[in-house]
Amino acid sequence: MPRPGFVLDVDRSTPPILFHHGESLRLERLPAGRTRVLYPGEPIEPLDDPEGAIRAALDNPLGDSEPLRALLRPGMKLTICFDDISLPLPPMRRPDIRQRVIEAVLDRAAEAGVDDVHIVAALALHRRMTEAELRHAVGDRVYDAFAPHGLLYNHDAEDPDNLAFLGTTPHGEEVEINKRAAESDLIVYVNINLVSMDGGHKSTATGLASYRSLRHHHNVSTMRRSTSFMDRHSSELHSSNWRMGKVIRDAGVKIFQIETTLNNDCFGTSGPMAVLQKREWEWSARDRASFVAMRAGLDRMPSKAKRKIFQAWLAPYGLTSVQAGEVEAVHEVTVENVYRQQLVEVEGQTDILTMGLPYICPYNVNSVMNPILVMCLGLGYFFNMYRGRPLVREGGVVIMSHPTPWEFHPVHHPSYIDFFEQVLADTTDPVEIEARYEKQFAEDEWYRHLYRTSYAYHGVHPFYMWYWGCHGLAHAGKVIIVGGDPRSVRRLGFTAASTLQDALAMAEDVVGRDATITHLHNPPFVMADVK
Amino acid sequence: MVALPNAVSRYLPKLPFPFSAPTVPSGVEVPAGKARSGPDYDTEWARRYPARVARAALVEAVARPAVQALARPQLHGLDRLDPLVEAGRPVIFAANHHSHVDTPLLSCSVPEPWRHRLFVAAAADYFFRTRVTSVLSALVIGAIPIDRSRVSRRSADRAADLIDGGWSMLIFPEGGRSPDGWGQPFRGGAAYLALRCGVPVVPVHLEGTGRILRKGRKLPTPATARVTFGHPLTPVPGDDARRFGATLERAVAALADEATTDWWQARRRAHAGETPALTGPAAPAWRRAWALGDPDRRRTRQRRRWPAN
Repeated sequence: MPRPGFVLDVDRSTPPILFHHGESLRLERLPAGRTRVLYPGEPIEPLDDPEGAIRAALDNPLGDSEPLRALLRPGMKLTICFDDISLPLPPMRRPDIRQRVIEAVLDRAAEAGVDDVHIVAALALHRRMTEAELRHAVGDRVYDAFAPHGLLYNHDAEDPDNLAFLGTTPHGEEVEINKRAAESDLIVYVNINLVSMDGGHKSTATGLASYRSLRHHHNVSTMRRSTSFMDRHSSELHSSNWRMGKVIRDAGVKIFQIETTLNNDCFGTSGPMAVLQKREWEWSARDRASFVAMRAGLDRMPSKAKRKIFQAWLAPYGLTSVQAGEVEAVHEVTVENVYRQQLVEVEGQTDILTMGLPYICPYNVNSVMNPILVMCLGLGYFFNMYRGRPLVREGGVVIMSHPTPWEFHPVHHPSYIDFFEQVLADTTDPVEIEARYEKQFAEDEWYRHLYRTSYAYHGVHPFYMWYWGCHGLAHAGKVIIVGGDPRSVRRLGFTAASTLQDALAMAEDVVGRDATITHLHNPPFVMADVK
Repeated sequence: MVALPNAVSRYLPKLPFPFSAPTVPSGVEVPAGKARSGPDYDTEWARRYPARVARAALVEAVARPAVQALARPQLHGLDRLDPLVEAGRPVIFAANHHSHVDTPLLSCSVPEPWRHRLFVAAAADYFFRTRVTSVLSALVIGAIPIDRSRVSRRSADRAADLIDGGWSMLIFPEGGRSPDGWGQPFRGGAAYLALRCGVPVVPVHLEGTGRILRKGRKLPTPATARVTFGHPLTPVPGDDARRFGATLERAVAALADEATTDWWQARRRAHAGETPALTGPAAPAWRRAWALGDPDRRRTRQRRRWPAN
């Protein structure tokens, strides 16, 4: 029986706590008597028969939707869309759940005699997926059957010939999505809900959208009013997407949503990485030996080698639920299933929030975690892993542990380099950045060309990363990065500290002595339900 | 010799986590996994042939010469076990306990066919305190962990299973080494297992091992030890663990009396109910110490027991 997540009150008997630190690992002793650690739940039991569960979901849809079989007919246009490389994290072992679902959908389509099928990676303004990445996501059978004929491809948000304007929400938000999808008789969206932020109308309204559409919710104002992204009902980002979803529906676009949830099995129960998802006081002699060896090895390796090792890791995630049907009905059940694994009740806020940032975030799969992504992962994602109130009080201190190297992937993140060198050198204020620089980067022809033909994130993407963390930035009184490159950290506008103890001492200037501390023991995923 | 890892680990510097085992935060329950030490440590491996061969080699090649050098043991009463030898049944050897020398001494003194099919009931909180001591205890003396802090069904079940499987048990019913040279009241474990498994108990009295390495001392001093085996005791109808345990304690006390005086006197006092108790006089500490004489004197003659006639 897997144990749920819980809050540990640190005492003198508490061993040092594991902090992820990019591609390395640290053990930190946290002050006793005023610190608590939020531990994730153990991986809940996966479904015994994932394929059976998928078939059952397709045949028994939720909400106002007919079974998939009834929606398929000969001569129709079917577009299957799926989440891109940003999900799940780390990438999962084969077979990827998208492959299983897409194969089940295609089986139904073949049975119904549907000929016109396109499969689209719904990547919005993310970089295009490579052939290897597509093969991993959808499987070789699907790839070999569709890609050579140009029927499996990446969404292009900058292709004016393949975008359809569907209308405007009452709030004036323009809705423009992939034309093939918009003109299909049916969109089947295959989603992975790794966290509660994913899925729902956001799948189509964001994943298949253009910059023209995305800018209405990917902006500072919306992000600041999203408290948090992980709680749809308190997220302005989601409200905007839901309004757009209504426009899409009213335009006659029919969507059959398939959402899946995974358990917390990021690092497995055996093997060298298993120690990373065990509670420290339960580390066996073998765990400790493998940790010591791993840490010693990582400390001596060049960063490229470390990155290669970590990026090669494939998580043995298990499928915990799959539901299909009408978007909103499906999403309600999905979110409950995500919460079942990740939500942990926490009493009250804290003065200092600490977090060890791992080697991966949604935007550096097979890539480099550059300083902007460090900010986004810490203040955008980890900070937002709450429901109710933020874990840290307003004016509190956020301490993140990451090497924050001044390093960028030149193919994946070209606009990030200019953003870091030019924009952040000028200002770190999101409002000012948005007003002065966004349009220039978003409409830059070179970035547009790289996004469409190479494997680059869109020119505007680093802005969105900065906005993603702007709620955390406005909320926290001070942000400290432990063990980071001081130049990078200063460029981000944060404070660098050599050790966690130094960082805690620095935090005293803001929150006073004997401040309360909460550590988010993440990954695997844990989300705070702050009372 | 089993105490060595404890003694060694006491002087080793305490390494920080993760180089040493983690401490457990208070209020947190560690899930029961495969225990690597403590009362739940599984010693099944120590009864497989490779471990038995290794243990036999250790007993014959290491323990026996060491015991000969240190204790020059004198064995008495082995003839009382002859009927059991013929029956070939497992038995329980129950002895008084003065010293860490007692276990190797008895491992070498217990006759065949039990010597190499013997397990020792050992305190889990001492012999199975760490992973290293657990492995050594199980391998070297064939120990199984007994939880002496509470009544443990698991410990009893484990011992009973082994006895039912044809293994004989060596147990010190006092539950630990004598703190002052006098015996301690017997606990009921040996009697309970004899009743449960229907096997006889052989009372054994050890004399002199306290002088070799009494509790609290680190280095042994050579002296002569005497091992006296008594008549096997079999529960009679109507016996319960408490009553049979008392019988066992009286039998060991009678052997102690026999070792101190002679067989005839000891038998007479036993029948008259005048056998001196193993636990010594109910008197202040100095008088108990006085009655023992000088425990450090290197002597081979019999010690006077209280009350002396």
